[in-house]
Amino acid sequence: MPQQPCTFIGEDEMSEVPPFTIEQFYKFISEKKLMAAKCLECTSLLLPPRNICPKCFSTNLEWTKLRKRGKLVTYTVIHISPAQFQPMAPYSIGIVKLEDDLHLLGMIRGVKPKKIKVGMDLIVDFDTDLPSQWPVWPQYFFKPP
Amino acid sequence: MHNTHSDWKDEFLVRKPLVSIVSAGLSKFGKREGMYGREIFAEAVKEAFERSPNLNPKRDIEALFVGHMGESFEHQGHTAPTLLDWAGLLPIPATRIESACSSSGAALRCGIFAVLSGLHDIVMVGGVEKMTHRSTSDVTEFLAMASDFPFEQWHGMTFPGLYALMATAHMHRYGTTEEQMAMVAVKNHHNGALNPKAHMQKEITLEKAMSSRMIAWPLKLYDCSLITDGASCLVLTKPELARKFTETPVHIVGSGQASDAIGLYEREDFTTLKAAKLAAREAYRMAKIESRKVDVTEIHDCFTIAEIIAYEDLGFCKPGKGGDLAEKGTTTIEGEIPVNTSGGLKSKGHPVGATGTAQAYEIYLQLTEQAERRQVKGAEIGLTHNVGGSGATAAVHLYRRG
Repeated sequence: MPQQPCTFIGEDEMSEVPPFTIEQFYKFISEKKLMAAKCLECTSLLLPPRNICPKCFSTNLEWTKLRKRGKLVTYTVIHISPAQFQPMAPYSIGIVKLEDDLHLLGMIRGVKPKKIKVGMDLIVDFDTDLPSQWPVWPQYFFKPP
Repeated sequence: MHNTHSDWKDEFLVRKPLVSIVSAGLSKFGKREGMYGREIFAEAVKEAFERSPNLNPKRDIEALFVGHMGESFEHQGHTAPTLLDWAGLLPIPATRIESACSSSGAALRCGIFAVLSGLHDIVMVGGVEKMTHRSTSDVTEFLAMASDFPFEQWHGMTFPGLYALMATAHMHRYGTTEEQMAMVAVKNHHNGALNPKAHMQKEITLEKAMSSRMIAWPLKLYDCSLITDGASCLVLTKPELARKFTETPVHIVGSGQASDAIGLYEREDFTTLKAAKLAAREAYRMAKIESRKVDVTEIHDCFTIAEIIAYEDLGFCKPGKGGDLAEKGTTTIEGEIPVNTSGGLKSKGHPVGATGTAQAYEIYLQLTEQAERRQVKGAEIGLTHNVGGSGATAAVHLYRRG
């Protein structure tokens, strides 16, 4: 039974609401949390988070924890990559439609390219290793449940 | 498109062409070893000057708008005045326009704005890129900068990869095949073999395309456009001045540009480019021309799947039928809807900043009967479809024989 997205920060903690930035999104990733901004005016879920709602321009936002499960919408297997990814090539990348109706792009690990199928169930998992210089963003990726 | 002023705009714009092209130039496309970008640009400019003996460049040209995507390739920013200088046109204003692979399509639009505003009577628009001196992995990285850094590049995404995601989605939804994509490559290489300025003037077989090495599944080497050096330019003026400079002007009668989320994953549909559809709708509306009236088209075939999707986005066929169009030969030079007579990005080459106005150059040749062995007989109406990145920018222009 899928859960409803749960609010991360309560109203009494508003003064300490983390900023609605990409940097903050990746801070959450380093805590193994997949978070989106939710506009409290028009109820849009925003991934990537935005500090102004692009639908209604509101800044009345909250962080919402997303469910980590979704279905693969499309994928590719990268053979020719930028230099820093070359040791991993070939690697698979897909776009997953999350249960909260948002799309996310990331690597697909733990399944051979030939076994990957559009429509398959995948879950989001997290690397916690942090790069030593900007951008200090850990990776998230998809894997079979 | 989606503005509230379309009525008065209609009245204002359909009365006459937006601007007229009175000359055009294109450098040889290819691996231009030992050449610097500005030197290649000067080559394209020289051709444009020579084509129009009545044009006195230093006296007549009032501004330059130039597309150039990557500062990383030659470690050179602030390129507009440099290109202007090498073209011998100092000290007029020069402005660089950057919207990835649609940089010069957008520069062309800026030239239209400049002339239509009345601020300038005659302007040059163009574009340039010097790429082949860098390694493939460097080029892959520099081009990937036109995708989203935090949510695409950071996860190992590349440009072939982004278009591969569109290809997989198109194959899954509509049954488009790898063979149909390869047929686009075969067609464009056939056309490129007829173009003396194309990078790769060589026919390929379907078998060769299908067995080429994998770049980003399902896209193989021959599904990808070329890493190319090259430059292009056009001279634009008011329609009423055009015949001072040439007996055979080409009028630009429609111009549309639109934007979308930079992240492919954020879009509603991965089998179409919404920005291209919107840009096309705007250009068709402005020109009062329907898609079936277009005689010759240059499509942004950065990857073969991009040409198939563009057939659909431009209204040449229904969504999902683009693969069939490629398979039936409808878009060959002799076909009902000739596409990429120049060889396209696939065979003529894709010096990213130069591509938009290079497409316009081919349409200029076609509509003035100068396309030689690849001439579409009696072509009156032309279209260019220029896409930036994975479709966050698209510019579509419509042309009419003057």
